[in-house]
Amino acid sequence: MSTQHEHTDDGEPETPGDRRRAEKAARAAEREQEAADAEPDLGDDAVTLKVFRYDPEVEAKAEPRFDTFRIPFEKGMTVLDALIAARDTYDSSLTFRHSCRQAVCGSDALFINGRQRLGCQTQIADLEGDVVRVEPLPHQDVVKDLVVDMEHFYDQMEAVEPYFQTDETPDDDLEEQFQTPENREKIKMSTRCIWCGACMSSCNIAAGDNAYLGPAAINKAYRFAMDEREGENMKEHRMELIEQENGVWRCQTQFSCTNVCPKDIPLTEHIQELKREAVKSNLKFW
Amino acid sequence: MREYDVIVVGAGGAGLRAAIAAQEAGADVAMVTKLHPVRSHTGAAEGGINAALREGDDWHDHAYDTMKGSDYLGDAPAVEALTRESPKETIQLENWGMAFSRDEDGVVSQRPFGGLSFPRTTYAGAETGHHMLHTMYEQVVKRGIEVYDEWYVTRLAVTDEDEPEERDCHGVVAYDIKRGEIEGFRARDGVILATGGLGQVYDHTTNAIANTGDGVAMAYRAGVPIEDMEMIQFHPTTLPTTGVLISEGVRGEGGILYNSEGERLMFEHGYANNDGELASRDVVARAELNEVAEGRGIEDEYVHLDMRHLGEERILDRLENILHLAEDFEGVDGLEEPMPVKPGQHYAMGGVETNEWGSTCVNGLYAVGECACASVHGANRLGGNALPELAVFGARAGRHAAGDVDDEPEITTGWDEDSEEGENVSPVPLGEADLPSAAKGALADGGRSSPPSAGADGGAAAEASAPEGVVEEAVQAERTRVHYLLEKEEGVNHAEVRADVQETMTENVNVFREEGALEDALADIREARQEYQHVTVEDPSRTYNTDLIHTIETRNALDVAEAITVGALARDEFRGAHWRKEHQERKDDEWLKHTMLSWNDGSPGLWYKPVVLEGENKSYEPKERSY
Ligand SMILES: Cc1cc2nc3c(=O)[nH]c(=O)nc-3n(C[C@H](O)[C@H](O)[C@H](O)COP(=O)(O)OP(=O)(O)OC[C@H]3O[C@@H](n4cnc5c(N)ncnc54)[C@H](O)[C@@H]3O)c2cc1C
Ligand code: SF4
Ligand code: FES
Repeated sequence: MSTQHEHTDDGEPETPGDRRRAEKAARAAEREQEAADAEPDLGDDAVTLKVFRYDPEVEAKAEPRFDTFRIPFEKGMTVLDALIAARDTYDSSLTFRHSCRQAVCGSDALFINGRQRLGCQTQIADLEGDVVRVEPLPHQDVVKDLVVDMEHFYDQMEAVEPYFQTDETPDDDLEEQFQTPENREKIKMSTRCIWCGACMSSCNIAAGDNAYLGPAAINKAYRFAMDEREGENMKEHRMELIEQENGVWRCQTQFSCTNVCPKDIPLTEHIQELKREAVKSNLKFW
Repeated sequence: MREYDVIVVGAGGAGLRAAIAAQEAGADVAMVTKLHPVRSHTGAAEGGINAALREGDDWHDHAYDTMKGSDYLGDAPAVEALTRESPKETIQLENWGMAFSRDEDGVVSQRPFGGLSFPRTTYAGAETGHHMLHTMYEQVVKRGIEVYDEWYVTRLAVTDEDEPEERDCHGVVAYDIKRGEIEGFRARDGVILATGGLGQVYDHTTNAIANTGDGVAMAYRAGVPIEDMEMIQFHPTTLPTTGVLISEGVRGEGGILYNSEGERLMFEHGYANNDGELASRDVVARAELNEVAEGRGIEDEYVHLDMRHLGEERILDRLENILHLAEDFEGVDGLEEPMPVKPGQHYAMGGVETNEWGSTCVNGLYAVGECACASVHGANRLGGNALPELAVFGARAGRHAAGDVDDEPEITTGWDEDSEEGENVSPVPLGEADLPSAAKGALADGGRSSPPSAGADGGAAAEASAPEGVVEEAVQAERTRVHYLLEKEEGVNHAEVRADVQETMTENVNVFREEGALEDALADIREARQEYQHVTVEDPSRTYNTDLIHTIETRNALDVAEAITVGALARDEFRGAHWRKEHQERKDDEWLKHTMLSWNDGSPGLWYKPVVLEGENKSYEPKERSY
């Protein structure tokens, strides 16, 4: 289905509509710049945000740049709160994902002062320095401003068969399966993943090699491989999946993923444990 | 135009369950959702899922508790479907691998929750919703169900017969957020709305920023009545700074509420002498606000919820997530100090009118989950009853839409012989705003944006009423609206309008409701509607334009806020969550009926429908609700 109107990428407006749009864009850019440059006197209690801006479609933003916003500080303010304030008071085109505001939806993993963090979980008061620098997650394609393309991350998650499967297919009458509290405890941390992508973005190996499954996907595999309800055959199948050339052996134990995970999942440990399991099960066959 | 048998709008717990059920019944299914499924707010649910699983428990007891909790505004056939089928759905989740907490003997754990006669709230730590959402999404991935994520549904493609009961829904119109394109989705068999909550009409809420009541507003404007909208649940324990929820699980495990004098307020001030902290949510929320009003609040704003006596081990085992939330969002260490809490908007009991299969009165249109009103929660939802609702009614609607059910429903939808006309209660006009300049204004709020239909030309009219034509017409209307919004030069920003709505709702349509304040709120909303006619989208881009999305959402929030307030003004009694200063009695003679609001093409009208207290084998006689 075609769109109502096409865009001309090279700037030469063709129809009156295009021209108006281009003018509107120029004015919007001007307003933005004004808003960004205007530094109302907010006293000492203000936060300075430096935010990455980019929109391939808007001329003024086609070259990536940083905008500065000064926001009145309030007790308990998070980086997400500050971004929302910047957007709602100065520039409504400032674009970022967000939803839950409570670290469960995984929408707002950002690169804040040089580290992957969730905007909603980061208290401004806890950050060092006078300026809060907010960038999109590194190593991912930027769609616009702080929004990155998550497709690759989702693909990797889906590559590990991220769903419960048992050796035996239960018959129609549903019956509760048992699980020991110890086994539940064992998988507990691994089930906390909110698919935010922070770990993947922090990982040097993943950055250099798109084929690498990456920490989140391997953690997902761990979550099922260690779940005693799935059964031994399925576990073997899962071990094969993560042992393949793009799996666990790529990890060089740098701990960057573990350091940034907002859910404190011991990712590197999980990967190491899978490596040990893999060695063990391979020995079995020798 | 894309075509499927069944289209599910929204991918929280309700939408995911519906999609799985429809596919299992043989339908070709697609999900269209503005957030990626795992970002849905079901993931924020903490406490658990009510299900009568254990010996000594019985779904009939669960049904009784739910009817009582609803203050007799729940419809028994829906309540019985919920409570009867919840055990099966809960075990289904377990079979799909959901990581429930476990007892020593390996069975899934259950805990006490407010208003329940048996500890039947089945949980996974204090993050039950996260596990439920991810488990269901995993099953959707496994089944290869198509998901259009970050596609925003802006309108339903519904025919325009005079009576809503004669209309058909043929699909939806969606805007691809990443590419900025509008497309039509034709549904051969059914459209299932599962768009979740509407908490963003308030400014202190446990709901996500994406919970703007889109589905309710879209169905309403397409002619479907919306039911009991005034019934808003305010949760008694939210963090004062952000509105982040502290689960009822804390009180379920033994947490205690204290006022500034260090008194255990629920008992010492007689709010609930039997159940104390575990009284129903409306009772506890009012108690807290009353303490604050009488000068026994802390910092004049909140009370304390203390769980330290439960001990570190138990807290870490069952409530660990609460420690993180209190720490991250209020800077409080729950192991060392009590947590500050106050009531916050939490849940909409009302919504799109449906029967116990999720069907609305518009043929082919369903609604499930928080956006729907079957009604299982009536005037007050019991904690732990929403998550099973997602599973039970998601599954029911999915099967029904796929043509797998031919049961005769007990609950009727739309106007019928038992319906009763209502009087206008509003001091200001409702519905569509006056237009500043003929056609243009209408486009800003998407109100009457269908292009005039091809009247005289019989051929074109016939084409337009064919399913594809209906979808195509809706697509054109939405293209025009989006185009208009993107082109409009100067005007107000949606954020201002939204803030005005939130402010008046929080001020005037909160836990305590007074006639004058409700009228003020209606006037404020009217003003906001007029403002909205001048709304403009500053961001000219077609790429990921959240300015545009929020602008359209704000339109939906306006409709929803108005409906809540009109209902609250009309219902001059005190029932469940709905407290009226001038009317301190539950008036069963007059008000054992649902508040219905119909859009009527822009001039909304109130009417009423009797509540259904007849269950399968018994009738639920209204009793005094004390805890
Ligand atoms: C903090 C919190 C804790 C809770 N705890 C519990 C609990 O312990 N037990 C319990 O029973 N209940 C609990 N509830 C209530 C329960 O979690 C919710 O009612 C329920 O999860 C709502 O699910 P849903 O599927 O209807 O909507 P959601 O999960 O909110 O999903 C809505 C979906 O609709 C999509 N959508 C919305 N609008 C559009 C549109 N215009 N176009 C396309 N897609 C759209 C979104 O992308 C999303 O996928 C809690 C609620 C909150 C807020
Ligand atoms: S493992 Fe942690 S960092 Fe990685 S996606 Fe999951 S929650 Fe985010
Ligand atoms: S907004 Fe949901 S994780 Fe931050």
